[in-house]
Amino acid sequence: MKKNSLSLLTQSCRAAALAAGLAFTVNAADTVKVGVLHSLSGTMAISETSLKDVLLFTFDEINKSGGIKVSGKNYMIDPVVVDPASNWPLFAEKAEQLLVKDKVAVTFGCWTSVSRKSVLPVYERYNGLLFYPVQYEGEELSKNIFYTAEAVNQQAIPAVDYMLAEGKKKFYLLGSDYVYPRTTNKILKQYLKLKGIPETDIVEIYTPFGHTDYQTIVAAIKQFAAGGSACVISTLNGDTNVPFFKEYANAGLTSENCPVVSFSISEDEFRGLPAKQLVGQLGCWTYFMSLKTPENAAFVKNFDAWLKDPQVAGVDYKVTGVDPKGRVTCSPMNLSRIGVYLWKQACEKADSFEPDKVAAALIGQKFKGPAGEVTMQANHHLVNNVYIGETLASGQFKIIKTFTGVAAEPFSEKFLK
Amino acid sequence: MATQRYFRYPQPQSRLMTRTFSKRELILILLLALGGLVVLPGLNAFVPAASALHVSSFTLSVYGKYLTYAVLALGVNLLWGYTGILSLGQCLFFSLGGYALGMYLMLMIGKLGQYKTDIPDFMVFLEFVTKYPATGGLPPHWIPFKHFWFAAAMVVTVPAVVAYGFGWLAFRSRIKGVYFSILSQALTYAACLMFFRNDFTFGGNNGLTDFKFLLGYDINAPGTKRVLYLCSAGLLLLTYLFCRWLTSTKFGLIQRAIRDSENRVLFSGYATADFKLFVFVIAAIIAGLGGALFVPQVGIINPSEMSPEKSLEAVVWVAVGGRGNMLGPILGAIGINSLKSYATHAWAEEWPYILGFLFIFVTVFMPKGIIGLPAQLGEIKRRYRARQQPTAVPLAPENAPPVSSEGAGE
Repeated sequence: MKKNSLSLLTQSCRAAALAAGLAFTVNAADTVKVGVLHSLSGTMAISETSLKDVLLFTFDEINKSGGIKVSGKNYMIDPVVVDPASNWPLFAEKAEQLLVKDKVAVTFGCWTSVSRKSVLPVYERYNGLLFYPVQYEGEELSKNIFYTAEAVNQQAIPAVDYMLAEGKKKFYLLGSDYVYPRTTNKILKQYLKLKGIPETDIVEIYTPFGHTDYQTIVAAIKQFAAGGSACVISTLNGDTNVPFFKEYANAGLTSENCPVVSFSISEDEFRGLPAKQLVGQLGCWTYFMSLKTPENAAFVKNFDAWLKDPQVAGVDYKVTGVDPKGRVTCSPMNLSRIGVYLWKQACEKADSFEPDKVAAALIGQKFKGPAGEVTMQANHHLVNNVYIGETLASGQFKIIKTFTGVAAEPFSEKFLK
Repeated sequence: MATQRYFRYPQPQSRLMTRTFSKRELILILLLALGGLVVLPGLNAFVPAASALHVSSFTLSVYGKYLTYAVLALGVNLLWGYTGILSLGQCLFFSLGGYALGMYLMLMIGKLGQYKTDIPDFMVFLEFVTKYPATGGLPPHWIPFKHFWFAAAMVVTVPAVVAYGFGWLAFRSRIKGVYFSILSQALTYAACLMFFRNDFTFGGNNGLTDFKFLLGYDINAPGTKRVLYLCSAGLLLLTYLFCRWLTSTKFGLIQRAIRDSENRVLFSGYATADFKLFVFVIAAIIAGLGGALFVPQVGIINPSEMSPEKSLEAVVWVAVGGRGNMLGPILGAIGINSLKSYATHAWAEEWPYILGFLFIFVTVFMPKGIIGLPAQLGEIKRRYRARQQPTAVPLAPENAPPVSSEGAGE
């Protein structure tokens, strides 16, 4: 009897899926395949490996608490982890492999914008689902992608609002020459103008990829900040932060005379940076590890315990390559985890794993996460709380300002009006 | 040059001058061409999806990608294996070809982008309209790329011109060996940094992506994918035949002479710099053509394709497959990339170790690559037999089988 109803289910699922142009696997052991598309080697591995770990941890959490209840059955999440190796064409190939060969019901993945741009046509073609968890520039909306990430108005705008409230009148916008910094700064410039900051008090500078010599720029910032009430809005990426902050401290600039707000430094990036030189500088995210909520305490504690004994309960999957030393949690990790829970809830609401139904059920889903409650909006972005934190020597952030319930808006022309 | 002494090149044999293809090679090529050009796409087009024999569009397009890599590898081999020029910047030409076609594909998106405008998305958010108001935001050098024929011409012309300029300067100054390798690497790195800049008008870090149409056909339709695959297979076959022909002519003989002792060729009255320049430009064109077919199949071209690692990877394919003959690089490019595709899925955490070990093993123990393996094994067997029967008549040189002539050398 059981076998019969199962085959009936599989058949009806297959029929539904064929109608949608895609089939996904719901096999006999009541598991559902879920793709994890994060670089585990190459330049992005340092950031993305943490996301792979937190995803496996979340799958373990869900499986332990009974899996996903669809059609009266409990489905265990069966991860398919691939390594796109920080290689953008390979991202597209791996995404297609996950959809076509493994027939995953959903994929969690990507860090850089270019990797998302590379896989977007693939998810649209096969009508798959992708959850993207890293703060980004917006200006994109695909019906197949759910962006749990911070949009520009959930990170840059609150940070600037805070600076304006602190009485800052001159803004130095410094970024790496990527699309994310370019777009963020373009939006900030317009926003600052709306707030009455004259164009002469806004400087916009980009340094090339892998830039190390910040002497001239820091000297210029020092001159810029000489009259007081100046601040730096930094969208510098990864490694370039090391020479920048070193030079910044050497020039005698501090968080007192000219604070820096960075959008790309979270607790995880902090592990590779000289903490002393960053003390007092600011960060702005929708989650900090130091948040004092019961949900966050449980998340941090359980993740720490999982790292020591990594496994995914309920399925035949062996977790390898997890380094338990000196680990932290950060915003992209929290948003990755929230994505999994939102997807689970939507599957249960839709009573199906079929992407179209799940996508429809996702809209309006709420989840009480470590940083407060989030809501998935019709624009595939979250309503989330935004926090501004001050860097401590320990690599943690002290929360100094909270904005509650900020609705993400990917297209800048809509919130600049 | 130290590398030449290390990887002993067999001397060219005059008998090969008279016949371009041996019977065995001809049969092998015909079989491979039949498999690649007829069977595989046939299984994709005519076998129903439910059948076990069906080849999915995904598989076909992944193989199409490998074939364009194989074209690139043939270019590397023509330079390195036959002329002794180790260029570590071939992916620059590959990417330039890719960008040229990518620009055409970008302009064909039309109003289907995120902003529903006529110009590509990145030009909208970088506010190109304030920079180029006369053309509605489209930089002037992008305009002719609306025509396919122009883009196609640029696929060949741009890599050729860049290679000519760089090669002319380098070879005329008698830059060779490792110095040339380092310079070529610097060239591609510099280009990579330049393309990363958003002001350079080629989409910066994100590059060109989200293509929709090619010559009016939906670029993601299975039929288009199949045609692109067939074009890649056809290009590979033509490149193979061309390289085989070129290296079997008198030109090819001089090429190998330059590889083995450039000074002797120079003192015999040949302008070696011109020969090298010619081969360098040819290899760049081959790379550019490969790149142009790579881009529509993978759906993205961005500056990281120009990063030096990519060019190094291409050299590794040739080294592993076996250089100095035309099948080795094809085998290396397809083999390593299939393995990589498989391993990044099957052993997502461990695959770099597996591939790394393979590279080290092949370069240390198999100097002639995979293609040289039968000859190498034959050699070992012959030595082993000779040792087992010390009293037997030792093989006189004229009776000895031409051990290394089939494999790495020809």
